[in-house]
Amino acid sequence: MTSTALTGILIVAAGLFAIGLFGVLARRGILFQLVALEVALSGPALGFIAAGAYHADAQGQGMFILTLTLAAAEVAVGLALFLRIRRAAGSDDSDAISRLKG
Amino acid sequence: MTRPNAVHALLYLVVTLLALAVSFFALGAAFAAVLLIMIYAGAIVVLFVFVVMTLPTAPEAMARERAALNRAWPLPAIMSVLVIAPFLFGLGEVAPGIAAPVSAQAVGRLLFGPWALAIELASLLLLAGLIGVRHIGRSDRVRGDRR
Repeated sequence: MTSTALTGILIVAAGLFAIGLFGVLARRGILFQLVALEVALSGPALGFIAAGAYHADAQGQGMFILTLTLAAAEVAVGLALFLRIRRAAGSDDSDAISRLKG
Repeated sequence: MTRPNAVHALLYLVVTLLALAVSFFALGAAFAAVLLIMIYAGAIVVLFVFVVMTLPTAPEAMARERAALNRAWPLPAIMSVLVIAPFLFGLGEVAPGIAAPVSAQAVGRLLFGPWALAIELASLLLLAGLIGVRHIGRSDRVRGDRR
């Protein structure tokens, strides 16, 4: 793999992160924001794997496994919160819970 | 990221993750690709599907979602471009590397050798997530009975 190829893959990774960030900012449904967060987390994962493959180092895949753990925990807690909010606020809109007070 | 229907959004997510897994294979990280398919496309998407199954698929909710997206897309788009622009301009000349596939054996040796503390922290994170989900997901009725 040439350094041009690595640069291209890093651009793709940054694009994935930007798409996910756009989804988190633009969507109002909490479920869609969680899906967008998954896409945003897969961008850095691609960056880690590409850098690890480029330098033939296992640390890239090690960091990928750590981000995988983070994504799994985040999705579990996020979906539990989503169900809880839907039960409490009667809506899956993240604007509906903008008046939380302690 | 622009589908009003949750099931369509999940299908696109699965396609993205499968494409990502194939690029991991192409990059020589077969272990990471298999993990991605098993955990992301398997466990996480199935979790999403379970939650979507409990949602009422109301057409007015989809229309509301689409209207909100039509109204408020330019500011988030500008913000995400602003966030990644420094990264894209900062991509300079990369030091030459020796591209070679990394075996799962090397990853395991790294994770359970010098990175053992990171694995312990990851397991702590998963345990905290498990207990947190158990606490958040408890129903009100059960808590009322205990009081």
